[in-house]
Amino acid sequence: MNGAQAMVKCLELEGVEMVFGYPGVAICPFYDGILDSDIRTILIRTEQNAAHAASGLARVTGKVGVCAVTSGPGATNLITGIATAFADSIPLVCITGQVNSELIGSDVFQEADITGAAESFVKYSYLVKKAEDIPRIFKEAFYIANTGRKGPVLIDVPIDVQNAPLRKFAYPETVNLRTYKPTVKGHAVQIKKVMDQLQKAKRPVICAGGGVLLSGAQEMLSQFAHKYRVPVVTTMMGIGAMQTEDELFFGMVGNNGAPCANRAMNDADMVIMVGARVADRAVNQPEIITRDKVLVHMDVDPAEIGKNAGPTIPLVGDAKHIFEALLETEIDVDHDSWIGTLCEYRRTLTEKRRPDPSFVDPARFISKLSDRMEKDAIYVADVGQNQIWSCKNCIVREGKFLTSGGMGTMGYSIPAAMGAKLGLPDRQVVAVCGDGSFQMSMMELATMRQHQVPVKIVVIANRYLGMVREYQKNTYNGRYSVVDLSGSPDLSCIARAYGMRFIRLEKSEEEDRAIEEFLRGDESVLMECVIDPMDVVK
Amino acid sequence: MKKIYSVLVENRSGVLCKVAGLFSRRAFNIDSLVVGETDDPTVSCMTIVSSGDDHTLEQIEKQLNKKLDVIKVKTFEEYDSVSRELMLVKVKYNRNNRRDIMEITDILKAQIVDMSRTQMMIQLCDIPQRAELFLKMLQSVSIVEVARTGTVALSKCHDQE
Repeated sequence: MNGAQAMVKCLELEGVEMVFGYPGVAICPFYDGILDSDIRTILIRTEQNAAHAASGLARVTGKVGVCAVTSGPGATNLITGIATAFADSIPLVCITGQVNSELIGSDVFQEADITGAAESFVKYSYLVKKAEDIPRIFKEAFYIANTGRKGPVLIDVPIDVQNAPLRKFAYPETVNLRTYKPTVKGHAVQIKKVMDQLQKAKRPVICAGGGVLLSGAQEMLSQFAHKYRVPVVTTMMGIGAMQTEDELFFGMVGNNGAPCANRAMNDADMVIMVGARVADRAVNQPEIITRDKVLVHMDVDPAEIGKNAGPTIPLVGDAKHIFEALLETEIDVDHDSWIGTLCEYRRTLTEKRRPDPSFVDPARFISKLSDRMEKDAIYVADVGQNQIWSCKNCIVREGKFLTSGGMGTMGYSIPAAMGAKLGLPDRQVVAVCGDGSFQMSMMELATMRQHQVPVKIVVIANRYLGMVREYQKNTYNGRYSVVDLSGSPDLSCIARAYGMRFIRLEKSEEEDRAIEEFLRGDESVLMECVIDPMDVVK
Repeated sequence: MKKIYSVLVENRSGVLCKVAGLFSRRAFNIDSLVVGETDDPTVSCMTIVSSGDDHTLEQIEKQLNKKLDVIKVKTFEEYDSVSRELMLVKVKYNRNNRRDIMEITDILKAQIVDMSRTQMMIQLCDIPQRAELFLKMLQSVSIVEVARTGTVALSKCHDQE
């Protein structure tokens, strides 16, 4: 057995079913070794998308996503994907080939210091020095990626290490890291404090972030909210943590959020942040959630607590464990008048948007589309205006809502949707992007065709980089700079070129029929939804 | 406000870079950073002196703890720790100021460790404030070069019950 075969063996023992990647000389021993395994290999069309696809798979299956690319440009191309996963705490193991150990540092062909370059975007990284270390390093990497605050782990393997013989392969049963012991269970004293405060609170609200989904605590959150009658809002990464149609759900917070969600945060006397970073787009002014309020901040990463807002009660631990512990307490609460007020806000604080009726209204379109999708479907939103319309209008039931929240990486939706579909082939998977983000990853239509991954794609087309155009309209009084997307391809030709069904939706009266046709069957479809080029999210 | 962090880390290549990178990436100050092996050859001790407001100083500790190569972070207050810095100063001297230099050296308990006909090298091992004072006292003399180690520190001795 050589190092490369050991790497493959490790992946098998970790239960990896699929590797996304792009080969090159420096990773060839690995791609040779994987031929003798049942692990499926997906040839992605550019390395960044290997990480996005692995991220999509990880987010719907809860398993670690794996990608493997070559040294030099392969590795550097991967960085944006790694950074995207890091910002959203998605568990990945990213394997990169590296030049011969003895040549490291001499700037040979396709050499890049990838562990150095990716340092601030990874949870941890390894440069493997000896083939003997492979089993331990892989065991640790998978453990680190998928425990505590999850995130990407990079393993850089020089080609000579991949080719080196391994005398004995022994996969460690356990991980023993003296520097890494994440706190999962919440502290009993803090838990009691939270419940004491909740009993006193008149207007409590829970703000759920991506951490709830990462810990698989959706059910617990819902139980908690209903048992103690606490309204729930979410951050962008938290969308889907509570079903959209739940009576206690009041929308997404933030500068692009629902007015009633923001009102709930402002008017509350107790805010429970769970698995959320209190980042700028969600909580623009952290003092608003600390002043005159009890702020409870629960997170598995102690460094997030108090980073952007000083909490009254910090509580370190995993959301699922914490909710389990919190649910053991019996308290009497009556928040019905507060919930009534919020319901009133939900009814009266409506959007001021006035779309041109001669065009398809993207907000209504997304609401209808998501309503008619299967109950457990997966909706992947890209970045830009389409993302904001999606966040505000997508109805999530038992399925999932995926998007690149922290990094805001354009082009995320198509590869991530592909990864999600490969992870859960029985689910309906829909990617919604803009015409800018579509062109950033349309090369993956080939991957979809090659590996028969039936993802349904909507392109909300306005021939502009709409989000930037909207910003320039508001900030630079309509002096539009470098946002015109003329020259974009005829999408019907693109669909034909990749053997996909194509639908163009231009008039609102055709909406219902188009959506029905789009969702029909488990096959890939490309829908161009033409909207008012000047439409805005606010 | 200044704070001293004594950080035990895995003695591996690249760890210094990761810790220093954390400071630059999060815009934390490094006043000084000293690394050396401990009695356990698999563990190095970094002594980092940083300054900032309370919030920043707390964040530094949390972010250091988050690094997977960091075994333990201890923070010291000045009153409960012993800190030292080693400084070497090379100065030019002549007949007129030779005595003065030797006197300052004597008063501040420094040592002359090397000498030529025109230059001498003085070594000082003391708390950082005294090193500053020493440099200030030598201002009238022409300083050729200065090398400082930065602060190393340990918490004060306590009898374990």
